[in-house]
Amino acid sequence: MSTTTVAHHDDHAEHPTGIMRWLTTTNHKDIGTMYLTFSLIMFFVGGAMILAIRAELFQPGLQLINPEFFNQLIGVHALIMIFAALMPAATGFANWMIPLQIGAPDMALPRLNNWGFWLLPPSAILLTLPFTLAMFGIGDGALATGWTFYPPLSVQGGIGVDFAIFAVHLLGISSVLGSINIIVTLFNMRAPGMTLMKMPLFAWGWLITAFLLVATIPVLAGAVTMLLTDRHFGTHFFDAAGGGDPVMFQHLFWFFGHPEVYILLLPVWGFIPQILETFSRKPMYGYKAQVYSFWAIGALSVVVWAHHFFTSGMPVPALLYFMYSTMAISLPLAVMFFCWIKTMWKGSMSFETPMLFTVGWIILFGIGGLTGLVLADVAADAQYHNSYFVVAHFHYTLFAGGIMGIMAGVYFWLPKMTGHMYNEKLGKIHFWLTAISFNLTFIPQFFLGLAGMPRRIPDYALQFAEFNMISSIAAFVLGLSQLLFVYNIVSCVKGGKKATDQVWEGAKGLEWTLPSPPPYHSFTEQPTVK
Amino acid sequence: MAKVKNSEPLSQKQQLDLKNKVLVRKLLWMLLGSLLFAFALVPIYDVLCEMTGLNGKTKNSAAVLAEAKVDESRWVTVQFTTNVMPGLGWNFYPKQSSIKMHPGQIETVAFVAKNTTNQVVIGRAIPSISPGIAAANLKKIECFCFVNQALKPGEEKEMPLRFFVSPQLPKDVSDMTLSYAFFPSADDIK
Repeated sequence: MSTTTVAHHDDHAEHPTGIMRWLTTTNHKDIGTMYLTFSLIMFFVGGAMILAIRAELFQPGLQLINPEFFNQLIGVHALIMIFAALMPAATGFANWMIPLQIGAPDMALPRLNNWGFWLLPPSAILLTLPFTLAMFGIGDGALATGWTFYPPLSVQGGIGVDFAIFAVHLLGISSVLGSINIIVTLFNMRAPGMTLMKMPLFAWGWLITAFLLVATIPVLAGAVTMLLTDRHFGTHFFDAAGGGDPVMFQHLFWFFGHPEVYILLLPVWGFIPQILETFSRKPMYGYKAQVYSFWAIGALSVVVWAHHFFTSGMPVPALLYFMYSTMAISLPLAVMFFCWIKTMWKGSMSFETPMLFTVGWIILFGIGGLTGLVLADVAADAQYHNSYFVVAHFHYTLFAGGIMGIMAGVYFWLPKMTGHMYNEKLGKIHFWLTAISFNLTFIPQFFLGLAGMPRRIPDYALQFAEFNMISSIAAFVLGLSQLLFVYNIVSCVKGGKKATDQVWEGAKGLEWTLPSPPPYHSFTEQPTVK
Repeated sequence: MAKVKNSEPLSQKQQLDLKNKVLVRKLLWMLLGSLLFAFALVPIYDVLCEMTGLNGKTKNSAAVLAEAKVDESRWVTVQFTTNVMPGLGWNFYPKQSSIKMHPGQIETVAFVAKNTTNQVVIGRAIPSISPGIAAANLKKIECFCFVNQALKPGEEKEMPLRFFVSPQLPKDVSDMTLSYAFFPSADDIK
């Protein structure tokens, strides 16, 4: 009996319309769309914050915003970009594409999936609400400690810290739920014949990410919970007067914080090779090597955390250990760079927008990785620590390596998701504007850091004025050119040239065997993979 | 297949649900494990620091004066710095900023604390020693940091510190810094 009703339930094509469709949906495509839309909105919220900061830094001295507000914008910008823009974008792709790529009818735990998404909007509100409350005289604004919550500042901070702690709790629960769902889907729902080593690389990247999230998010949750009890319930985890140690927070935080970097990047490393093989029209080089590199990076990522605070005080043997282990991560990464380049080598390449973003991504992410090697050097880090060099470095890895990678994925899969081709010319203009203004924003920041400009300070010495001016102007160009991205997406959703099933000439994989857009319920009969 | 007794064989859908449930349960255990690990890191961190002295903490009790021989062949400079943490209305400074001594030699230095408020205030000093690797070699025989210190309004008090540097000090350490931070006493706040 139950078999027939279940089968009937799975087949029905009707669903609630209007807002109720989105609130109650358990469909992986709907949930993926919501994740991606949320991510795009929060990308602009976080972007607006950083533009206010760049406007203040346009000239030395204090012109537009006061230092307290500046500090709040710095921390909330980072939390929003990491937890509300980048991570949901990757989860959105996972929801949309993993079932299609592995030939599954849906995610394994659809209702959990819905809950995972709907935890996100409340946490975004929690993060930004203190700004509004401060306008009405309640509290002194949002979290002003930077996204790292270092005590003792965070123990002494205002209600913004409490709001941020609860937001991090919710965001953590959301991403852990998403991860559990993805792991279960990947282990139990693959089409017959698809062994783990036949899974698309995107699925592999997400599998490692999901395990890293399950292992490290609880450590962050624990650390901020200790912070909360230190603030309100008289514990002394991080309070030296009561026998605690503020440096311990740094260890706990970065035990989560460093794997987080790879959590953000692994899904991108997954689909970048798929884009490369599509537009090079030849099979991906070194599939196995890349899978093993993912494992190696995932494993190394949890044992290198202390390189984020070399200057907090550590004995020399510990410094050396963290330096060498950090540098060891560049080995599997180098293997992956080699595979990406070899995939393109002698391929019949064409440069549609996704490929432009991907090739640009390889170069820019390479710069991010190499400058990371400089920072991993203990002797050099003493000079670069907390300078603009660090800011430029992690924007090369997270804006270029993260967001530009996501953009490549959006252009790659958008025709599949919407059934329409986007405007190719506009896409190319978007790429060139983004790539050029991104470099003009952050190359000057490398020089600023080398010259000694500290990060997270609203004012600076006169000798830094020119580079800051260039950086600010370029940042505004970078921000505004993202409006092209939105325009292109919206017009692609509304209409445009019909996309074929395969969309791209060289595209391979199960998702390209479905119609564009895929039906609301796809792969109700699982395909067989040879 | 042959041994299904009471129930019909599970449908494919039910089998999948069962498989999912088992895996979800395992993952939830893993999640719980990571959470426990986060809190277990606190004692692990403390034990590790106590064993190695990595974070510049020393034993918070008086050292027993051993019959240590004074090593006159080498010198060590010990510098003193002080901090007063927010919420404590005191002035606090060392009477001398540094001392040059032989390992094994016992010295007494003094710190001065003055209560600038009009209330009785209890404070507690927390020491930290740099470089951390040598922290265990600085032995305090008598220190004001072991106990709470109460100062009456406007009272000024000289606080002695009697200590020596163990001759086992690593060969490459010639300078040490002893830092005191005076906190409002945690007992006082409660």
